[in-house]
This record gives sequence, C-alpha cells and structure tokens, in this order.
Amino acid sequence: MARLGEDPGTARRTLEAMWRIRRFEEAVDDLFARGLMHGTMHLSIGQEASATGTCFALRDDDAITSTHRGHGHCIAKGADLEQMMAELLAKETGYCRGRGGSMHIADVATGNLGANGIVGGGIPIAAGAGLAYQLQGIDRVVVSFFGDGATNEGAFHEAVNLASIWKLPVIFLCENNKYGMSFSTEKSINVETIAERSAAYGIPGVTVDGNDVEAVHEAVTTAVERARTGQGPTLVESLTYRWKGHSKSDKNLYRTKEEIAEWRDKDPIGRFETLVVERGVLSAEDVEQVRAAATNDVRDAARRANAAPDADPDDLLDAVFATA
Amino acid sequence: MTVTSQTSTSQASTSQASQTSTGDRVITYSEAVREAIAEAMTADERVFMLGEDIGVYGGAFGVSGDLYHRFGPERIRDTPISELGIVGAAVGAALAGMRPIVEIQFSDFTCQAMDQIVNQAAKIHFMLGGAAQVPMVLRAPLGSGTGAAAQHSQSLEAWFAHVPGLKVVMPSCAEEVKGLLLSAIDDPNPVMFLEHKLLYRTSGPVPEGADRIPLGTTAVRRTGRDITLVATGVMVSRCLEAAETLAGEGIDVSVLDPRTLSPLDAQPILDDVSRTGRALLVQEAPGHVGFMAEIASRIVESPAIFHLLAPIRRLCGLDVPIPYAPQLETAAVPQVDGIVEAARLLMKES
Repeated sequence: MARLGEDPGTARRTLEAMWRIRRFEEAVDDLFARGLMHGTMHLSIGQEASATGTCFALRDDDAITSTHRGHGHCIAKGADLEQMMAELLAKETGYCRGRGGSMHIADVATGNLGANGIVGGGIPIAAGAGLAYQLQGIDRVVVSFFGDGATNEGAFHEAVNLASIWKLPVIFLCENNKYGMSFSTEKSINVETIAERSAAYGIPGVTVDGNDVEAVHEAVTTAVERARTGQGPTLVESLTYRWKGHSKSDKNLYRTKEEIAEWRDKDPIGRFETLVVERGVLSAEDVEQVRAAATNDVRDAARRANAAPDADPDDLLDAVFATA
Repeated sequence: MTVTSQTSTSQASTSQASQTSTGDRVITYSEAVREAIAEAMTADERVFMLGEDIGVYGGAFGVSGDLYHRFGPERIRDTPISELGIVGAAVGAALAGMRPIVEIQFSDFTCQAMDQIVNQAAKIHFMLGGAAQVPMVLRAPLGSGTGAAAQHSQSLEAWFAHVPGLKVVMPSCAEEVKGLLLSAIDDPNPVMFLEHKLLYRTSGPVPEGADRIPLGTTAVRRTGRDITLVATGVMVSRCLEAAETLAGEGIDVSVLDPRTLSPLDAQPILDDVSRTGRALLVQEAPGHVGFMAEIASRIVESPAIFHLLAPIRRLCGLDVPIPYAPQLETAAVPQVDGIVEAARLLMKES
C-alpha cells in the first residue's frame, strides 16, 4: 500500500487538501467574526488529516455522507471552494442555492451525499447508498463520517447492524474528537474505545491516530478494500481534536487551555510537512508554495463568491418538491 | 397539481366507467396494493421493497403476500426490527438511484423513524437547493377498529401533511389504491402512503392495466344538493353509507375524497360547498389541530364562505388515545350513525 507521503505528487496533493481545509475554515471564521457571514458553523480545524486521509483512500465515484462539522470532508472529496463559500455567504451560486448553508453542503455529482444537521442522521443514509450500489451490482463504496457523540444515537447502531447483516460496502468513520459538544467521551461511553463497539456487530473495528494522515489513509484503504470486495463494513475510529469550540456559542468551559495547547502541538498539517521534508519527498519551498497557493485559492473563492447574486426570495418555494 | 372541480368529477366518473367495463375482476385492497408493487417492480428494476416480515411471512397484514417468492430476497428485503435504520436506508438508496418502497408494519411505528422521515427525506431536495431527489414510498397501515389499542391504531396523517416536502396519500378504496400507489412510486419525492387497515379486506373492481391516478386530485364520490361531506380514509365509505340513509330521508349529500392530503386539491371542495352551502368534515383522527381544520380554513378563506347557510361542522375522532374495549373503540371515532345524525343536525341549523 502506497503511503500518502511517499511520492512528491501524492504528498503535494495531500498537503494541498489539508491546507485548503485549514484556510477555508480560517476564512469563514474570520468572515463570521467580522459580521460578514451569518448563521452558525462548526469548524474542523485540527481534524484535517482525518478528512483527507479518508477521502484519499476513495475513488472519485465513491460516496460519502458527512456531518455538521463537514467542510473538511467536502473539500477533501473534491468540492469546489467557490461554491462552498457562496453557500455560506447565502448566495444563489452556492451548492444549495442558499437553502442549506454550512450544515447541508452536498455535491451529489462528486459523491458527496450531504452534510447533515442531525447527529447520526447520515449514518443510515450511508447504509442505504451502500445497499443501492450492492443492488446495482457496482463496486462503489460509501464512507459515513460521524463524531463520537453519534455513536450513542440509535441511528448508529441500527445502521451498523443493517450494514453488517447485509455486508454492505460501507466504512463507518468515527471522528472521535473527545467531545459531543461539551460532553466528553469519558462520560458518554463506558468502553475504552469506540472501535470496540464493532464487536457487537461482528465487524472489524480499528482505532487510528487521526492526526496522522498516512495512518488514517492506511486504515481506511484496508476498510475500503474489504468493502469493495463484498466482505462488508468496518468501523474506523479516528482519534483527533477540534481546536475551535463546538460552534459559535462555545466558551470552552468544559476543557482546559492546556489540553487545547497540547493538541495544537499535534497539528496534523505541520506533522505531515515535517515528515515529507525529512523524507526528502518535498522541499521546504514546495511546502511553502502549497500553503501560499491554498491561501490564494480560498481568497479568490471568497472574492468571487461574494460578488455573486444573493439567493432570491422570489424562488423560495421552487425546490420544496421535485418535479420529475 | 391542481385540477378543477369539473376535471376531478370527470376523473371520478371515468374511473367508475372503467370499473364497469372491467367489473368482472374484483380484487381486495391488499391485492391491489400488491399488484401495484409487482407491476412497478417488473417495469423498473430500481424499485424494491424493504420492511419487517415482508418476506416468507408475507407482511403483518399479508400485503406483500407471495412477492418474496416472485422477486426474491434481494428485492423483497426482510429487515430487522429497525424502523429508523430501514427508513434511513431507503433515503440513502433513493439518493443513490433506487426507488425503494418501505413497509412500516403499523403507522404508529413511524415515530421510531421520524428523524429520517421529517429531517432527512422531506428536506433533502430543498436543503440541497434541488440538487438531489429522494424518490421513495413509505407505506404504512393506519387507523383503529382492530382492537389493537393506543399504540397500533392511530391516524397520524396530519403530522406528515404538516411537513413541507412530504406528499401524503390516503387511498380510500380498492378501486383506487393501485392507481395511487403507482403514481406514488413514480413520484420523485418522498410519499407517505397511508393505508387504512380496515380497508385491506374490502374489494372492488380494479383495472388490470397500469392506470395511474395523479396525486393531488380530489375525487367526487357522490354529488348531492344539500351538504358537502368531505372525508378521508375509511370515513369515505362510512360517509357514502350514511348518504344512502340520508337520501331516504330526503337529505341529498355530496361526498368528496381528497385522496392526497399533500398536495391538496381544494378547489373541488370549495366549488361543491359553494353549491350546497353546507360542509360536514369527517375524519377518524382526533379533531384538535387535525386535517379537517385545514379544510375548514380553506373554505372560510375562500369565496365559498359567502355561500354558507350554516356553520361548518367537523365530525372527528375524540381527543383521546384509541382504547381497547370494542365499545370504547367504536365510541372514539365517527361511525355511520354519527355521520347521519350530524348531517341531520346541520340541516336543522339552516
């Protein structure tokens, strides 16, 4: 299995994806702070390796379902930054024409079946997409992203059970960032790891360092291979951490500054940069160039998105029902 | 789709005519449902069914019957008791190009699956700005009359009709359930298809072909001079029975059946009320904030209000959970005698 940091091309694309996620979320955080973006959002800064390592184990025609903290998944799956930014800026040109916002970005064309505002809401949907591919006789797989909190929802257990009894081509990708909003996994679950929950469904469960993009990629690649060859689902637990609060109202009362600082030191992007430079796969200049390009891409996307027309109330009712 | 009163009437009479011409083939409501599913599955390999005990068992109400043997376990897919999971799986399968039909054993159990119905299926098309569709049908038996008590007898149709993005169908007779189900399966939206369990064993002439009845068309079951009765589900046949009794007393009533609660074709109702000047609205579900309150609102918000000779009356289920004892269960929802009495009172009020 080729690692993501082994050849210059793959290493560059991996780093690009992670920087695009980081810069995108920094930009929307900034726009929000300046009152230029409304609503709410959930940032995944610090979790970029989890999204990227996972999506880089997929083919273009594979599918994902995402979460309320889904910008990274979308970008890693290949979403267009301008259309994403336009959606958050409530523009007609956004992925959802301003109907969905941050929590509902989808791009069915690129296999992104949608972020979801309901914790655990996408997990049964992923099982269903897997069922569709199985019935259609095609070898696509589906990754269902969800957080640690979702594994206490009935939807998780029902969906994993269905996928296991039917051997559906699904990878259940739990991003364990230690907190369901403010409630820590130490309080919310009575097992050592979330991966152990796979035992209840007779499927493999693995825990990986979610800040190590190569480790995530390796674990998901194994799970994808299994799914694609009809052997059924895997539960992958990716241990990571969100640097920012749960959403815009979070005062971080439930965790310490020291804990946040400790995880900032485990920055998944810096770690990968160090790795590939030490390996001699990319130079320090290459790394700097990737970072600068991501900054530019996000800035351009924001500028173009901002110039687009606003979503129009005159068309408000036109997508309530589909017409053939 | 909205049609005029005249179109609706002519559709109903067309349906009557075809019944007469194919009157030699009378089948039950459940057989008609099964026939629609079989025809849709034969015509379109994307159509499949999933639900609890729909395989060799043949369905809790026997509706899926022999479909398992005809189409096999992949397409007539038995599931664990897992309503949220299976409705979610249907949503995902629909997003990924299939046309799932979910059977929920009792409509009461949709409560277990409400997130997937209300937050997911109903909203995905809109939330994604029209970029994805969720073409799925959720079939579920509803209603009282079987002694199954409060958790197996509800009529929750108004809940679903209150959610933008869901279509809600309540077929009231064997003659129409097939044509309505075929349209529901064709529809690119999530459709709640609510079958009254007392109707399963009723029968009628059902067209052999794949004739569709468009969703969003009200049927005029009977046209009369004095009162417009509007009814849904099993209340339609009760109103028709009451109409016979009333006719013997010189009270001549119309009976209108919206068939689909969402989208609602209100115009035929407004036209008929404008003509009769009296409206008696009959539903099995509890009256408080029920579907017939919506019909009453549509009447008073339209010029039909100027034709009213008496206040609009509703005859609904009592605001009580469905009880077990047969005499209590009967007392909890409108019966034919009650409809007759309500119509008589309404005539006296004007």
